[in-house]
Amino acid sequence: MLRNATHAVVVGAIAALFAAAPATAQQKSVKIGFITTLSGPQGVIGEHMKNSVELALDHLGRKMGGLPVEVIYGDDQFKPDVGVQVAQEMLSKHQVDFVSGIIWSNVMMAVSPTVTSKGKIMVGTNAGPSPLAGAQCNKLHINVSWQNDQTPEAMGKYMQDEGINDVYIMAPNYQAGKDMLTGFKRYFKGRIVDEVYTKMGQSDYQAELSQLRAKKPKAVFVFYPGGMGISFLRQYSEAGLRSQFPLYSVYTVDEITIPAVKHAALGQIETRYWSPDLKNAANQKYVADYRKKYGKWPVFYGAQSYDGMLLIDSAVRATKGNLKDTDALIRAMRKADFSSIRGKFTFGNNNHPIQNFYLLKTVAGPAGQDPVMEIQKAVFTNHKDAYAGECKLKW
Amino acid sequence: MILVIEQALNGLQLGVMLFLLAAGLTLVFGIMNLVNLAHGSLYMVGAYLWVAFAQLTGSYVLGVVLALAGALVVGMLVEIIALRTLYERDHLDQVLATFGLILFFNELVAILWGRSALYTSAPSWLSGHVELFGDLRYPAYRLATIAVGLAVAALLWYVVARTRLGMLVRAGASNRTMVAALGVNIRLLYTVVFGFGAALAGLAGLMAGPIYVVEPGMGEQVLIQVFVVIVVGGIGSIRGAFAGALIVGMVDTLGRAFLKPALATIWSPVVADTAGPALASMLIYLLMAIVLALRPEGLFPARA
Repeated sequence: MLRNATHAVVVGAIAALFAAAPATAQQKSVKIGFITTLSGPQGVIGEHMKNSVELALDHLGRKMGGLPVEVIYGDDQFKPDVGVQVAQEMLSKHQVDFVSGIIWSNVMMAVSPTVTSKGKIMVGTNAGPSPLAGAQCNKLHINVSWQNDQTPEAMGKYMQDEGINDVYIMAPNYQAGKDMLTGFKRYFKGRIVDEVYTKMGQSDYQAELSQLRAKKPKAVFVFYPGGMGISFLRQYSEAGLRSQFPLYSVYTVDEITIPAVKHAALGQIETRYWSPDLKNAANQKYVADYRKKYGKWPVFYGAQSYDGMLLIDSAVRATKGNLKDTDALIRAMRKADFSSIRGKFTFGNNNHPIQNFYLLKTVAGPAGQDPVMEIQKAVFTNHKDAYAGECKLKW
Repeated sequence: MILVIEQALNGLQLGVMLFLLAAGLTLVFGIMNLVNLAHGSLYMVGAYLWVAFAQLTGSYVLGVVLALAGALVVGMLVEIIALRTLYERDHLDQVLATFGLILFFNELVAILWGRSALYTSAPSWLSGHVELFGDLRYPAYRLATIAVGLAVAALLWYVVARTRLGMLVRAGASNRTMVAALGVNIRLLYTVVFGFGAALAGLAGLMAGPIYVVEPGMGEQVLIQVFVVIVVGGIGSIRGAFAGALIVGMVDTLGRAFLKPALATIWSPVVADTAGPALASMLIYLLMAIVLALRPEGLFPARA
């Protein structure tokens, strides 16, 4: 009898301990799980994102709304299934309040439902796959970067306005590659010579470039992020195609690829929502401090991860640290009430940004240094993504 | 027609590149009975050493020579320090241990040179393109890699078929125990073969440097194709590695170039647009499956 009573008390005490633990932990600190690719060839992108998260925490004094911040980093190894495992561990073992990060659209498609189905907020800081902006939008999924189609839409509009015709378009064969070419075609109404999808992670493009030359297009538009872009640009220049067919791109030339290709990037035209030379106080502070702390130029992957942390901070402050009220948190986030590196922007009903897009050109840098990207003009102001109408969310 | 010739050249170029990697891998497998997943790391080491030595000496040729020597030394050290104890173990242990080596080399390279891709460029006398005939212009650097690859293949054939060392290598591939029983220092033979395999992988890596990306983990992407090559060609056989590399190089290149237009003539263009790229990236694995079904020993088995 006595043994049974002791037993019950012990069980009760343990149960109480477990029930209480998350609650007290939540009130004492803000826990953020940040998932990105930290190993393998694409690890360099993750390094920039992690650096920018750390810089944001430095700027915030390692506190959000008076609560200390703890960021747990996870490596998705460029694989959707690993991304899901990492997210599950963060949610169950570390009891994080927010999950953030994610470079790849296919990883995001797998991770976001894992997070939102547990009632936690997913703050995307790169991938913007179309389903999550449209039919599969979720009130707990918020994206602080862009919807995939938006950037190529800007390039499509620019090339349409320039009266360029007979364009050859190429991208890797995965969700974002398809979104990019779809976005391009939404605003470019001229003739498309051919639409080519290559293998994800491919390093040799010689076979595709031979096909391209035989088709004699007037211009070429591509999307090749990370290492794929480095290979593609090198081989495009080496094959002598740069002087024959002008090359336009999105997410192919950036501050990560320029040091590896240098002059092969000169003259390259891109569209983007942000660039290190964007003139606003928040951006100038971010760029200057990033260069001081890490000794290199920041890249958009990092810039939007920095914004992701400021966005979470704005919500934690607005709700006075009540991290259990996800509804209030997401409503606060939707106000975008923080000094973004891109200047003022708003969120659409689908929790994706409505923002400006600029035309960038790679120009020679200061003597003895790598080329830099410069903003030429705005292509879109307050540009909304094409899928917001399919999203049923109302605020 | 010109386009077909150009694509055949592309296939040949990919093929000789794969051969340089496959030659070392297949010898190590055939003679030492060792599954070496870290072969791609030696490819990466070759590329990084070339970048470092070329920068240090300011000379492309000197960089190549030093990088080759460096890859040879690294290969021999890996064999002596890490792999010797693994010969008697089963293949799963070898896979685990050499997978560990991959992680080790990737991190080592990231610590020494950083995670960002390195800047590389072909030497000025190899950049630009060559007018072959008619309308066909081909990048000079790629022609050079074809020439070097074929020359190495010929040299390797000579060494393996006509020299005493080659005789030992062939004997080792057919019957290791007998070679050891005849008083040959099999340990030394293993170290030498592994070192030369590493140097060949390093050569492939440094030739890939100016056209692909020099970054941590660059070896793993190519390694999968190399395994397909040695399975198709027959494990342990240099001749098989050569044939397999050329077949895989051609099938992959021609598939990427012509499969979609070919499908479009049979089905609607919409179907070809979706099926073409997916099928093209699977083609070499389909080829491997067919070879395994019809000739499980590969096309040119070592122990005929």
